[in-house]
Amino acid sequence: MQSTKQKKALSFHIVKRDPLPWYKGLAIRAAAIVLALVVAGVIITLLTDKNPLAVYASMLDGAFGMDIRIWSLLQDIAILLCISLAVTPAFKMKFWNCGAEGQVLMGGLATVTVMMFLGDKLPLPLLLVIMIAASILASIIWAVLPAICKAYWNTNETLFTLMMNYVAIQLVSYFLKTFVKTGSGVLSPMPQFGLPVLFGHQYLLNIIIVAVLTVVVYIYLKYTKQGYEIAVVGESENTANYIGINVKKVVIRTLIVSGALCGIAGLLLVGGTNHTINTETAGGRGFTAIMVSWLAKFNPIFMVFTSFLIVFLQKGSQQVSTDFRLPQAISDIVTGIILFFIIGCEFFLNYKIVVSKNGKENA
Amino acid sequence: MLAFLVSAIRLGMVFLFGSTGEIITEKSGHLNLGTPGVMCVGASCGCFAEYLYLKQAGLYASPVLAIVIAVVATFIGGALMGLLFSFLTVTLRANQNVTGLALTTLGVGISDFMIAKAGTSFGRASKYFTASLPFAEDLGFIGELFFSHGIMIYLAIAIALISSFVLSKTRVGLNLRSVGENPATADAAGINVSLYRYLATCIGCGISGLGGLTFIMDYLNGNWEYCIDAFGWLSIALVIFTVWKPNLAILGSIVFGALYIASSYITGVGFADKELFKMLPYIVTIVVLIFTSIRNKKENQPPASLGLAYFREER
Amino acid sequence: MANAAIELKNITKTFGNVVANRDVCLSVNHGEILSILGENGSGKTTLMNMISGIYFPDSGQIFIEGKEVVIRSPKDAFDHKIGMIHQHFKLVDVFSATENIILGLKGKEKFKIKEAAKKVEEISHKYGFDIDPMKKIHEMSVSEKQTVEIIKVLYRGADILILDEPTAVLTPQETQKLFAVLRRMRDDGKSIIIITHKLHEVLSLSDRVSVLRKGEYIGTVTTADTNESELTEMMVGKKISLNIHRSEPKNCEDRLCVENINCISREGVGLLNSVSFTAKSGEILGIAGIAGSGQRELLEAIAGLQHIDSGKIIYNNPKTGTHDNLRDKTPLQIRELGVRLSFVPEDRLGMGLVGNMGITDNMMLRSYRKGRSMFLERKGPHDLAEKIISELEVVTPGSETPVRRLSGGNVQKVLVGREIAAAPTVLMAAYPVRGLDINSSYTIYNLLNQQKERGVAVIFVGEDLDVLLELCDRILVIGSGCVTGIVDARTATKEEIGLLMTKGKGEEK
Repeated sequence: MQSTKQKKALSFHIVKRDPLPWYKGLAIRAAAIVLALVVAGVIITLLTDKNPLAVYASMLDGAFGMDIRIWSLLQDIAILLCISLAVTPAFKMKFWNCGAEGQVLMGGLATVTVMMFLGDKLPLPLLLVIMIAASILASIIWAVLPAICKAYWNTNETLFTLMMNYVAIQLVSYFLKTFVKTGSGVLSPMPQFGLPVLFGHQYLLNIIIVAVLTVVVYIYLKYTKQGYEIAVVGESENTANYIGINVKKVVIRTLIVSGALCGIAGLLLVGGTNHTINTETAGGRGFTAIMVSWLAKFNPIFMVFTSFLIVFLQKGSQQVSTDFRLPQAISDIVTGIILFFIIGCEFFLNYKIVVSKNGKENA
Repeated sequence: MLAFLVSAIRLGMVFLFGSTGEIITEKSGHLNLGTPGVMCVGASCGCFAEYLYLKQAGLYASPVLAIVIAVVATFIGGALMGLLFSFLTVTLRANQNVTGLALTTLGVGISDFMIAKAGTSFGRASKYFTASLPFAEDLGFIGELFFSHGIMIYLAIAIALISSFVLSKTRVGLNLRSVGENPATADAAGINVSLYRYLATCIGCGISGLGGLTFIMDYLNGNWEYCIDAFGWLSIALVIFTVWKPNLAILGSIVFGALYIASSYITGVGFADKELFKMLPYIVTIVVLIFTSIRNKKENQPPASLGLAYFREER
Repeated sequence: MANAAIELKNITKTFGNVVANRDVCLSVNHGEILSILGENGSGKTTLMNMISGIYFPDSGQIFIEGKEVVIRSPKDAFDHKIGMIHQHFKLVDVFSATENIILGLKGKEKFKIKEAAKKVEEISHKYGFDIDPMKKIHEMSVSEKQTVEIIKVLYRGADILILDEPTAVLTPQETQKLFAVLRRMRDDGKSIIIITHKLHEVLSLSDRVSVLRKGEYIGTVTTADTNESELTEMMVGKKISLNIHRSEPKNCEDRLCVENINCISREGVGLLNSVSFTAKSGEILGIAGIAGSGQRELLEAIAGLQHIDSGKIIYNNPKTGTHDNLRDKTPLQIRELGVRLSFVPEDRLGMGLVGNMGITDNMMLRSYRKGRSMFLERKGPHDLAEKIISELEVVTPGSETPVRRLSGGNVQKVLVGREIAAAPTVLMAAYPVRGLDINSSYTIYNLLNQQKERGVAVIFVGEDLDVLLELCDRILVIGSGCVTGIVDARTATKEEIGLLMTKGKGEEK
């Protein structure tokens, strides 16, 4: 008994470490990603008996193989990044908005409604203005309801926003069943009412808009008074009250910003990409965006990289599943594995393991 | 009406498994938003094991063994997900919300993958699960309401009652609650906080996983039609309404079940309007959520350190 | 010679770069009370946490009954019959006393709350406690909670009891009661270690005293052979005159008049009952009372953070001559009225400052609203940060280092510095020297005195009666949310204030 305890005492314990220099932090993260890719490769290889190098080649091919694939990669990054930008102010405030999925869908639904009912009645420029206004407004409503309840009664926003997702999904499916005349529930695309196409590249406008938004959100969070208030409320509500910040107002205002950005994402998805809608239009990006934002420590510039990483993996593993006749779900699994590795590596950024032997320390 | 109630109970038990598991997990201070993924993985592990067993045993499959194998495989599948969650949140001290959401992504992926391998039809296995008690038919409507169900329904209620007893009346329950309320205190009292969190989360996830199995094998009669993640979120919501009490969850889950299927049983609802009716459980959830938050009573609060990591040498 | 009940040899513990304990040695015999004396931050609590398994020493040995032991967890500590009563109670609020007491016990017998409750009552009788075993912790007073903690370790059969600052939260009367209990335990053969920084307690209670200073072990003396000045010298290193400079108040005007304010909590408990007083410019008004008697609520009510159910708070504006009622105003509205009210709250990193932000960003908390631009102006706050760092000698790697990583004294300098920089007319400070070493404490006293001489109305909530009596001009004593007396600090005695502190209790319904 005594000896086992003695042994335990010699093993290790964990202490919090001082912040690492940036290059070490980067190295640890990079190592985690490489390790995760290796693990994912091993798993795919085990399932397919293929050469792991072929698997990685297939991944790269899926992401960069052709011009059209690169454009589609950039487009998906843009959309995911846009939604990530949307959830970031809320998260910085420690408001767990898990409802981006529904907020994006509502923005899309508003866009599609405008396209369907006003498309042939108004000139295109006016139509676009109404589309933009409608999509932003719809998403704001979806985001601000939980915010109001949170501000006034401290209603659990995580569950509220999650439930709002499903209400939005049902609304879309109601819309499709009611207004699609064929009764098939599938709405055929209406590209003639979509956002303008720049230089012949369909996705270019989306990409430019999101690039601008990234910079704007970065500045908003870092250099404006409102961004500062968000940070204070997120760090400590007590402090916010103490210096006279109206916490209720900040919560509601921030979720309006969040909702508006989701509305833009919905607009870009429906007005700029698909020109139609279904219940899968958001496609789980609302949740993936939470990861993107969190992994980037809520920094919009870093989010460009994290969203690239995730979209690259998804695109790549989709290609793997086609090339090697694996179920599509493999892409979710690979993404999941990477996420866990990155989440796990945070530990090594914040703590270190100390092995102690009779008072001697070896880090 | 009777058919409606019977269906409501069958579906309700899916929620009951889900929320009993989540209550046990939350009592340890873990807010597991991975429950949807856990339920998916549980269901697909159970189905996959069943598929292997039936393929192996062919015509000589034993109903009892079939059920036991599926239940055990499901429990293990769910528990492994719980293990992953605990490893990240307890050992690596990761953020619980983010870990939970990643768990959902992974879980949905794994289960889709496994089902793609095992097929989506488990009609034969389902018959074992839905077999009712032999004397149910002799007891008229009472028999149908209370005794006509498959084995999983009784298992759900039994687990809920046992959990309720363990949580409120035993030493283990007292220790577990203290870990969720105030881990520093529990630690000082000599309770192994990490061990309790690991075990509670694994057992809780195992139980939640059974909800997924119940949904496929009992409610859908063995046809894997659609993904069940929505039920995971509703199970988490149910935990709040039932103020972290598994025995109250029995009633709550049946109400949820009834709401969820109401659209199919109300006559005169149009084809498109059905989609609006399907919003009902979500909207009711939201309304109850707001209502309980406005009332805000001391004894109905979540475990005090829910969602927080514990590090003994923090200073 | 018989083995000591517990003996420590050369215990060392560091946190990052901070040495909390270096080569500490001490021993306690059976039937003995040992005091561990040291200033705040001298490493007393860290040392005891290592005996009770909360921390693990970097090096050194622990012997129990002469045998070397390894204590890795609180459970190991229990196995060696060591029980610790923490300063911050480790109790689960929603559990009853008995549930808390039996928490974590393995026991072979069946789990029965009722029988456990019976045993709890037996222990209470034996040592003369007074407790309802089924009462929930969140309904208890501080002294009752402490009783639960003590019974908890006795229930486990502890022979070595460690009490961390047990009297900090008690009235003098409750303290006497506690000491009586402790003496009874000593006579019962138990070994008791009591951590404290109050000299008179050491002298009246303990058999021997071990002194720590800045993590170092200074020595052990027998109480009978020592006196206050010797102990003080051991504790602080050199003889420091405890005299705090106090000037005569000048140009006193009524600055803040609090008239009959009542606050009732959401649960319907009275937090403040018709509290009335006047804070004058050029004067330090002390507020004394047992912790949790309404001091926090009173300051927060004035600052606009606590809802007031009835009464008035009148601010006499020296510039405009107007008399403004601050009741039901938000902190922002109060500032917009032109009231220069500064507030150093008790919870420095949870309320006064944002722990994860640097000093500059924390300076901005007060000033970021200035100007019409929607963008932040960082230059001014940065200059202020640098000024505070140099003038108050804040030890920090830079003005961008998160304040969470500074030591307690430096954190407090940052907070007080910012509040004073706003050029207040009223300055409220709640426990501003709690957890600070003597040097930092004196820096704070000097800052408060400077403000007083500038004509600021200073309100100082303190816990150390000696300091209150030396620093303040008048002392308001608060008990259970009532003002039980306002005394002149130049003539009042500690006993007088101690009696007033307990008076409010009897008036509760």
